[in-house]
Amino acid sequence: MVNLLWGGMILSAIIVAGLNGNMGGVTQTIFSSAEKAVGLAFGLISVMTFWLGIMKIIEKSGFIDLIIFFLKPLTYWLFPGVPRNHQAMNLMLMNMSANLLGMGNAATPFGLKAMEELQKLNQNPDTATDDMCTFLAINTASLTLIPTTIIAIRTAAGAQNPTDILGTTLIATFCSTCTAVLCDRIYRRLNLRKANLKKP
Amino acid sequence: MDLYAFINTISLWIVPGLLFLALFYASYKRIRIFDTFVEGAKEGFNLSVRLIPFLVGMLVAVGLFRESGAMAMLSRLLIPLLDIIGMPPDLLPLALMRPVSGSSALAITTEIMHTYGPDSLIGRMAATMQGSTDTTLFVLTVYFGAVGIKKSRYALNVGLIADAAGLVAAVLICRVVFA
Repeated sequence: MVNLLWGGMILSAIIVAGLNGNMGGVTQTIFSSAEKAVGLAFGLISVMTFWLGIMKIIEKSGFIDLIIFFLKPLTYWLFPGVPRNHQAMNLMLMNMSANLLGMGNAATPFGLKAMEELQKLNQNPDTATDDMCTFLAINTASLTLIPTTIIAIRTAAGAQNPTDILGTTLIATFCSTCTAVLCDRIYRRLNLRKANLKKP
Repeated sequence: MDLYAFINTISLWIVPGLLFLALFYASYKRIRIFDTFVEGAKEGFNLSVRLIPFLVGMLVAVGLFRESGAMAMLSRLLIPLLDIIGMPPDLLPLALMRPVSGSSALAITTEIMHTYGPDSLIGRMAATMQGSTDTTLFVLTVYFGAVGIKKSRYALNVGLIADAAGLVAAVLICRVVFA
């Protein structure tokens, strides 16, 4: 999919440039863009370094436990098929809390372990369960309080107030997460109805 | 208090607030905060350098796509659709890439910010879009792949619908707050 988009952009650009007789511009753009890219990566180092340091402190202090405490009731409602004290529930909580704090790197290992635990509750090992789909939906929508990378990029780009997009991001991510949960519930309902119809 | 002031206040407080809480809590837990900070911060350089291939690949592609006039052609086709939500056509490559590849989308966001300025409406929309969802295809592939799930059922649909909702929300909310 990435390959398709990337190839599509470059190939169509060359064709259009050919039609417009602008081939010189193509070569020029390649070099100037590549140079810009490397400059940008180096600009990121400063802020990235600071945030990763802070994230480590958050990770080590167990600050995440506080978040987990508040998320618990919500996860019970989201994953009705998982027993409350099952290991899968704990791991999903850890994963969601880490995502909430913008600790994507820490969230993924918890998420993968959670999937393993969910798989143990699965009766058809090659088909996703309802709870797996819900977990995926929440992860793809990724409710985040602090998008650390974006703050870093905005700082590197010289924004006057790099964090002024936090409010809008919070609202947008809230919308996408609510949509994900809502769609997931609708699909669950539909499947339930289908299963009931099949029964004699 | 109006909406703009409210969102602005959240934006100003959230980072210092979290920083304060995190350091306060860590000190209370007797964590050696500076040592821990350095330990984590070491990764900053590697992470930035690891982004270089993505940045180079995507910046060249988007740069060519825009400079050649191909983006203008695509935009002309899609303008009726984009006008409904008021999305600038320059955000199209980002919108297409966001669910597919996280690092590539990040690279495009960076490019947009440098071309139009981080404080432009387009730059802020790009930042908000980037932050509002995660890479659906990546999460799906990695999480289901790790445990050998082959039938993902409705998970992909839900992820993509949520992405679309986040995108529209990002455009609309930025129009209200920053325009």
